[in-house]
Amino acid sequence: MSPATRPASSRASSPASSQATTPATGKEPVAVVGIGQTKHVAARRDVSIAGLVREAARRALEDAELTWADIDAVVIGKAPDFFEGVMMPELYLADALGAVGKPMLRVHTAGSVGGSTALVATNLIAGRVHGTVLTLAYEKQSESNAMWGLSLPIPFQQPLLAGAGGFFAPHVRAYMRRTGAPDTVGSLVAYKDRRNALKNPYAHLHEHDITLEKVQASPMLWDPIRYSETCPSSDGACAMVLTDRAGAARSPRPAAWMHGGAMRSEPTLFAGKDFVSPQAGKDCAADVYRQAGIADPRRDIDAVEMYVPFSWYEPMWLENLGFADEGEGWKLTESGVTELDGDLPVNMSGGVLSTNPIGASGMIRFAEAALQVRGQAGEHQVDGARRVLGHAYGGGSQFFSMWLVGAEPPTS
Amino acid sequence: MPEVLKAPLVVEFPFTRSLGPVQSAFLTGLRERVVLGVRTVDGRTLVPPVEYDPVTSEELSELVEVAGTGTVTTWAWNHESRRGQPLDRPFAWVLVRLDGADTGLLHALDAPGGPDSVHTGMRVRVRWAGERSGAITDIACFEPHDDGIAELTGSDGRFENPVTGIVAPARLDYTYSPGRAQSAYIHALAERRVVGERCPSCRKVYVPPRGACPTCGVATSERVEVGPRGTVTTYCIVNIKAKNLDIEVPYVYAHIALDGADLALHGRIGGIPYDQVRMGLRVEPVWSDGGGHPDHYRPTGEPDADYETYKELL
Repeated sequence: MSPATRPASSRASSPASSQATTPATGKEPVAVVGIGQTKHVAARRDVSIAGLVREAARRALEDAELTWADIDAVVIGKAPDFFEGVMMPELYLADALGAVGKPMLRVHTAGSVGGSTALVATNLIAGRVHGTVLTLAYEKQSESNAMWGLSLPIPFQQPLLAGAGGFFAPHVRAYMRRTGAPDTVGSLVAYKDRRNALKNPYAHLHEHDITLEKVQASPMLWDPIRYSETCPSSDGACAMVLTDRAGAARSPRPAAWMHGGAMRSEPTLFAGKDFVSPQAGKDCAADVYRQAGIADPRRDIDAVEMYVPFSWYEPMWLENLGFADEGEGWKLTESGVTELDGDLPVNMSGGVLSTNPIGASGMIRFAEAALQVRGQAGEHQVDGARRVLGHAYGGGSQFFSMWLVGAEPPTS
Repeated sequence: MPEVLKAPLVVEFPFTRSLGPVQSAFLTGLRERVVLGVRTVDGRTLVPPVEYDPVTSEELSELVEVAGTGTVTTWAWNHESRRGQPLDRPFAWVLVRLDGADTGLLHALDAPGGPDSVHTGMRVRVRWAGERSGAITDIACFEPHDDGIAELTGSDGRFENPVTGIVAPARLDYTYSPGRAQSAYIHALAERRVVGERCPSCRKVYVPPRGACPTCGVATSERVEVGPRGTVTTYCIVNIKAKNLDIEVPYVYAHIALDGADLALHGRIGGIPYDQVRMGLRVEPVWSDGGGHPDHYRPTGEPDADYETYKELL
């Protein structure tokens, strides 16, 4: 929507006036002013996919106290097409998301897609293409079978012998060998995340009777990964309203400000690929920290929502993201640093281990990071969270997207 | 140059769809021989109905019955019926504006008179399927009709035992070719040899080869025979039975660096109890009689490889 057709009441200061106060060479600051999620569950049989995304989008608009007419463009992300058989969500879902007559585009980066989608939306504002953008990601896993989607019968190729967990489990073993981590660390992560989920009303798994012993007694699916250390299969959607400085000034609730955002990718397999700590992940984090002026992530970042579909990925990513030296990540987990009341809380929402609509999981990380710095995370709020990292990865540990959000607007 | 392989690849899955209230009413109506539309904010009646207003984005819920007769607004002739199409003989695809509706419904028109018998503006009516389940195919097709407007049933859009979900099978037929490099690799496997390709730039040996180095972005062509022996670099023990795989659990799924290769490939380890497999185990392929990929890998009996020799190949 152009400024001329926008209802005057919804935009006290036009894009032109906000540009007047910003150097033409700099990027427009980007703020999160609305966040909406569905209650994530195993199967939402009561709604269509359109109804599911609509629910999250409406909640984000209500949080921002905006209407469909206030949205300039829609950026949507979802899981790979075979995962649920929807090839063109931008076509199918335009009316459900109020996108008729507006730009609508789709982002596609496997499991990291929710993060990448948010960053594409962010860049539309940072580049002053649009003032206010609705971004949304979803998946209805109950309507398909991700395991099938991952194991198409490609001629001449050996079938993947083990599914997603089997793909990642050997990398977990490699991490344990490389670092000498005791084999109990994974269960500590699962026990923590499932307890955190009890404080998050939107989380899928609410295991009120969870104990560490139960996690450790759960069967090995893909040894060294236990049943209780794997993510569930969920139906859910997550939406955010992103806006420029002028939009943030009108926001009825505190904004989360984007201080740094980056994406990196690398091939699935190549000689020298480090599956335990992929170079693309390190590079992506370094880019985000440079943008945000983070010298020491362990000291300068208050909390992290990271993409941990199998428990051991917490210590692995702690190293990959620079929160711990190589080989030391598991010590942060083991000593309780990543607990909700720890020094560096990780996955306060319960994480992917408690909620996994794959196409939305990355955006949920980004949104939960924003909720924290807005002070709106409810029972799983970290006191005084000012700078929080949201992280997503996907494919064969090959797509990375991250953002760092803060309670204050960026200074530069 | 050896022949480049090709084979059919069929990707097929019965996706399910939850309908939500509007689509549920529409499809349940078809089951009951009732066609429902939805009233928009500006007073139009859309058939088939949609959940959200195309102009205002508001949620729509006012269902209205329209007649089973209507007018063709445009059409295209389908010369030859293909698998999955509504009729097994040539027919017309039509957009039909049903009496009482403001938009066209896409469906098939049975026109035994051929394309010359079809025209925009012609009157048609629904031909109901004999057995109806709550699907768009409950309308078998449309047929020519000259007897005015059909009467409404008086339905209010509410039905007993509504349909809440459907199965929407999808099928894609591809012709798959793995390309020159992998074809050569597969031809060599038939002779029980493992042949990779070396990157001319970084000198790394890729197995299976893909015709290009993913790091350097240059074509690879220098063939290098590797293995057949190799080292288990890491692994997991699979305890859940995968669909379509005739392998007893538990079994070991391993990354195996063949001697001379610069990255590991994946395979199953046999010939040793699953709980005795370890990183560094030396293995060799066990070929199946039918040719192609090794069935699995088994221990060679050599001493384990030192971690330092394979730690970059996990």
